[in-house]
Amino acid sequence: MTKSEIIDGIYEQVGGFSKREAAQVVETVFDLMKDVLADGEKIKISGFGNFVVRAKRGRIGRNPRTNAPMPISARRVLTFRPSPKLKEALNPGATFDAREEG
Amino acid sequence: MTKSELIDALARRTKITKSRAERVVNSVFEAMTTALSQGDGIEIRGFGSFSVRDYKPYKGRNPRTGTAVAVAEKRLPFFKVGKELKDLVNQGGPPFAADDEDEDDDEDEDDDR
Repeated sequence: MTKSEIIDGIYEQVGGFSKREAAQVVETVFDLMKDVLADGEKIKISGFGNFVVRAKRGRIGRNPRTNAPMPISARRVLTFRPSPKLKEALNPGATFDAREEG
Repeated sequence: MTKSELIDALARRTKITKSRAERVVNSVFEAMTTALSQGDGIEIRGFGSFSVRDYKPYKGRNPRTGTAVAVAEKRLPFFKVGKELKDLVNQGGPPFAADDEDEDDDEDEDDDR
């Protein structure tokens, strides 16, 4: 699935939008999410999952090919934790608990 | 930001009513959920991609009690952040104090597989 298929779905299901407007609202949804995450804030979409920005300390890593030590600087990374409901949608019949590994 | 705050922000920025913004946001995530439940990946350029990974059954342990538990095979969504968003997140201000919570679950997320 691509963004343009999501846009087509909005155009067909929500109604009242031209194709161009549907594209614009969908772009805006992802732009808003990007802005929030760029500020380091988390996003919680109930029923889907949480996007969380996490700080990683700098550490000494290794070049896997040469095995030479190589510093990895402190950085922020984005992780996604699927909600139990999304996990259940992928695994019909199974139940998932909120605190279980993601 | 919660889903309802995202809905409010979308309504403000695109000048549509809150109820329409709510339908848009719900439809976006419903479409994504349906795609993933069918085993279909999702690619949102500039944001990231979602894929479905299969996990084999294994015998695990309840970390609190140490009791053995059988973990059934399962499919889980996996998100890989897009280059643009990855850079935005990493440049988004001074690095704050590192938290060590769940340190083990994202060790391999920035490789380029």
